[in-house]
Amino acid sequence: MTIQTLEIESQTHSAGSDAKPLGAKMEVQNMSVFYGKFRALTDINMNIYANKITAIIGPSGCGKSTLLRSFNRMNDLTPSARVEGSILLDGRDITANREDVVDVRRRIGMVFQRPNPFPKNIYENVAYGPRLYGIRRKNDLDLIVEKSLKQAALWEEVKDKLHQSGLSLSGGQQQRLCIARALAVEPEVILMDEPASALDPISTLRIEELMHDIVKEYTILIVTHNMQQAARVSDFTAMMMIDEHRSGRMIEFGETKSIFTNPKDKRTEDYVTGRFG
Amino acid sequence: MTATTATSTRFQQLIAEQQASLTPRRKIVNAVMLSLTGLMTLLALIPLFWIVGYVIYKGGQQLNLDFFTQLPRPLGMDGGGVLHAIQGTVVITLLAAVFATPPGVLAAFYAARFPNTPLGVALRFSTDVLSGVPSIVIGLFAYALIVKPMGHYSGLAGGIAMAILMLPTIIRTTEEMLKLVPHALREGSLALGAPEWKTSIIVLFPAALNGVITGFLLAIARAAGETAPLLFTALGNERYDIGTIVRNGVAQNQSFLQILERIVDQPVDSLPLTLWKYAQQPYPERVEQSWAVALVLMIFVLLINVLARLWVEARKRRLQG
Repeated sequence: MTIQTLEIESQTHSAGSDAKPLGAKMEVQNMSVFYGKFRALTDINMNIYANKITAIIGPSGCGKSTLLRSFNRMNDLTPSARVEGSILLDGRDITANREDVVDVRRRIGMVFQRPNPFPKNIYENVAYGPRLYGIRRKNDLDLIVEKSLKQAALWEEVKDKLHQSGLSLSGGQQQRLCIARALAVEPEVILMDEPASALDPISTLRIEELMHDIVKEYTILIVTHNMQQAARVSDFTAMMMIDEHRSGRMIEFGETKSIFTNPKDKRTEDYVTGRFG
Repeated sequence: MTATTATSTRFQQLIAEQQASLTPRRKIVNAVMLSLTGLMTLLALIPLFWIVGYVIYKGGQQLNLDFFTQLPRPLGMDGGGVLHAIQGTVVITLLAAVFATPPGVLAAFYAARFPNTPLGVALRFSTDVLSGVPSIVIGLFAYALIVKPMGHYSGLAGGIAMAILMLPTIIRTTEEMLKLVPHALREGSLALGAPEWKTSIIVLFPAALNGVITGFLLAIARAAGETAPLLFTALGNERYDIGTIVRNGVAQNQSFLQILERIVDQPVDSLPLTLWKYAQQPYPERVEQSWAVALVLMIFVLLINVLARLWVEARKRRLQG
């Protein structure tokens, strides 16, 4: 499958980024991921546009998470994993060995499927990242913590109990705390691996609203099983599916509207209309 | 409804027949097994309460404040205590904890992170072997390694023997606890760009700390109650008194390190060692006192356990909010 060329000039988007030209923040070029001899992903090509939300959808086991985890080199943690091809961030290939993993991960943050706050208080959870990068002064940290918690729409709920454990919060609050933790190091791109799949509908809604709010300043890539969610929140959608060798491929990529209303691939149509998966 | 109506199937009829014939038997078997397990539970509890009760009964008669604050008096004189042994137990246990904890915890980090590397496998195998080595052999080893070259018995040698004894427990419990920390926590930290070692210290270790402390205390309790490794190492010393050592040291203008050296560099006693020595003496008053020593030892171990549990509980409450 090849990627459809996008008519990017003609689109109108609701977000406040209309004035800016649509630029590719990241470009994935002919990327494949191997686990040992097994080829988990084959020839992925896609662009991730700045200040947009890009959703990756597809049935279970099609490699969505593997793809997401290659963007901040979390696949490095799997000893047998190997990446071919390239992922460019502002034109630089971040898969190259000489690239500093720490720097890649600061610029590309991640939010996980299940909330995973550290067993520390709320303040320390958010301040953890900035501290890693050498910010020590209490005043600076206070400002960062407040700003991040406000961005994550959690500040009002926790401002009086910053020194309570992060684990004392509800599931939805914990997930927003994790988002605040990721935002605290001012990443450029945020990867979200099914961030709402462990949450109730109201918490899910809050996460989605918050994504809408922060995308003005960040670029978001979200993996989701929930097609309504992809349709609601994303500007672009990538549809993935496994091929006959059980390897994940991207079968369609385009504006969310066109993927959901006028899919070019029959399999995408079957999937988004619920006839499959 | 009933099995005899025309609508019931053959299968339902069979089930009903089985029920009728089986129910009484089932009830009897259940009653027998239940009373058997209950009886055995009681049987298993008997030694525990018997030991504790008897030690309290026999030891309590001998116990008074002097017993905790005085050195032993010569035979024939009333009173006296086991201050030397209490101090010695604390010194040896502290030394053992100081020697065993850093290598034990760090080795556990390695084993938890790289379980399948040759070094990780070797570590796990050797901790298993080490925990099976009889404690008297460890005492002999410490004798050859430390007492022989130094030329004299010492609390230091006792502490090192105990440290070797504690090492496998500390490594294994820490490793198990680190493995229980959710993988997501580690990834959460690494995804922020944290290096592996910072993730281990700042995120993994605090998350595993409660379990680590529990394991550490099990090791301490075991070390505090061991006699055999001390026979060749700490030997025993009825005149050991840290208060006197410190007073003399201060009077002679000795430095802190010199005083510390005097504390660890001479033979010391411990509670189990004193118990063992007293109990085999042919003098009834010493034998009576050995019961009191046993009681003090039990209180000592219990106290460590209770304090640690309180601390762990408080910490848990703080973390869960």
